[in-house]
Amino acid sequence: MSTQLISERALARSHSARARLVAVLGPLTMLGGVAWGFLQPYRLTVLHPHGEGFWWLLVEPPLLVVGVGIVFALLIAPGLIEDLEDDAAAR
Amino acid sequence: MQPPAEHVHWLFATGFLLLALCLLARAIVGDEVWSRRAWRAYLWPSLLFGLGVLMWPVMVFFTNSTIHMVAHGAWAQTMMLAGAAELGLLRGKLHARAWRLCLPLALAVSGAALLVHEQNGWYFARAAFLHHALGWTALIGALFPLLMAFRPRARIWGAGLALTLVVVSVLLYSDRDVAPVFGHLSPLAGEPHR
Repeated sequence: MSTQLISERALARSHSARARLVAVLGPLTMLGGVAWGFLQPYRLTVLHPHGEGFWWLLVEPPLLVVGVGIVFALLIAPGLIEDLEDDAAAR
Repeated sequence: MQPPAEHVHWLFATGFLLLALCLLARAIVGDEVWSRRAWRAYLWPSLLFGLGVLMWPVMVFFTNSTIHMVAHGAWAQTMMLAGAAELGLLRGKLHARAWRLCLPLALAVSGAALLVHEQNGWYFARAAFLHHALGWTALIGALFPLLMAFRPRARIWGAGLALTLVVVSVLLYSDRDVAPVFGHLSPLAGEPHR
């Protein structure tokens, strides 16, 4: 096997590992938010909304973490993975 | 209808978490791939600049002493400066690599301001503990963008900066107006309300 082929395969493996890493960032963040919600359910005022004010119902940290994960997974990660694969194909 | 101060900390934590994810992804894929789409290249400096802009209303509406106000003003200015410098470099309006030093400057000034404006000890209350922890995190974390400025291709420093911001985010999410920290709460801090 030529050294060029070996280095091309190594590069392709490195690109796919990076793509996997980028792909799990969003779900991992969401998982963190969900785990936090289970560990500290009292920080989720949506579970006991009676008598809570506007800000307490709007700003719920575990849900915000899940939201960040969703934004990253839906809006940023797909294009980034696509560009990473294009970059790998171009090399 | 102002939000309680702790909610403001949580909202900023959310902004920092998104910023951290962007920087972490950028460190993973490299600057070349990250900047392939123009909107993505501008995303994290714009986010940083936006967080700086949003710090001004915090300074106006949520500070209750001069030193507190000056600290928040310093954060607003340095975050806007760092974001604007990165935007200028991206756009090609700025050329000198020294502009990259604005980011470590922002973190160092933020860390120093946090430590200077917290008048109480670590275990006075949770907010005091978090101010000290955040201050030292920002000061130590400033080393990552500093090293990035001199070795822009070394991704490890970018990842270090991103993880620093994750820690900042976790600390900000932990903030409560009056709450104990590891079982300690000074009677001078007031009654924990929730």
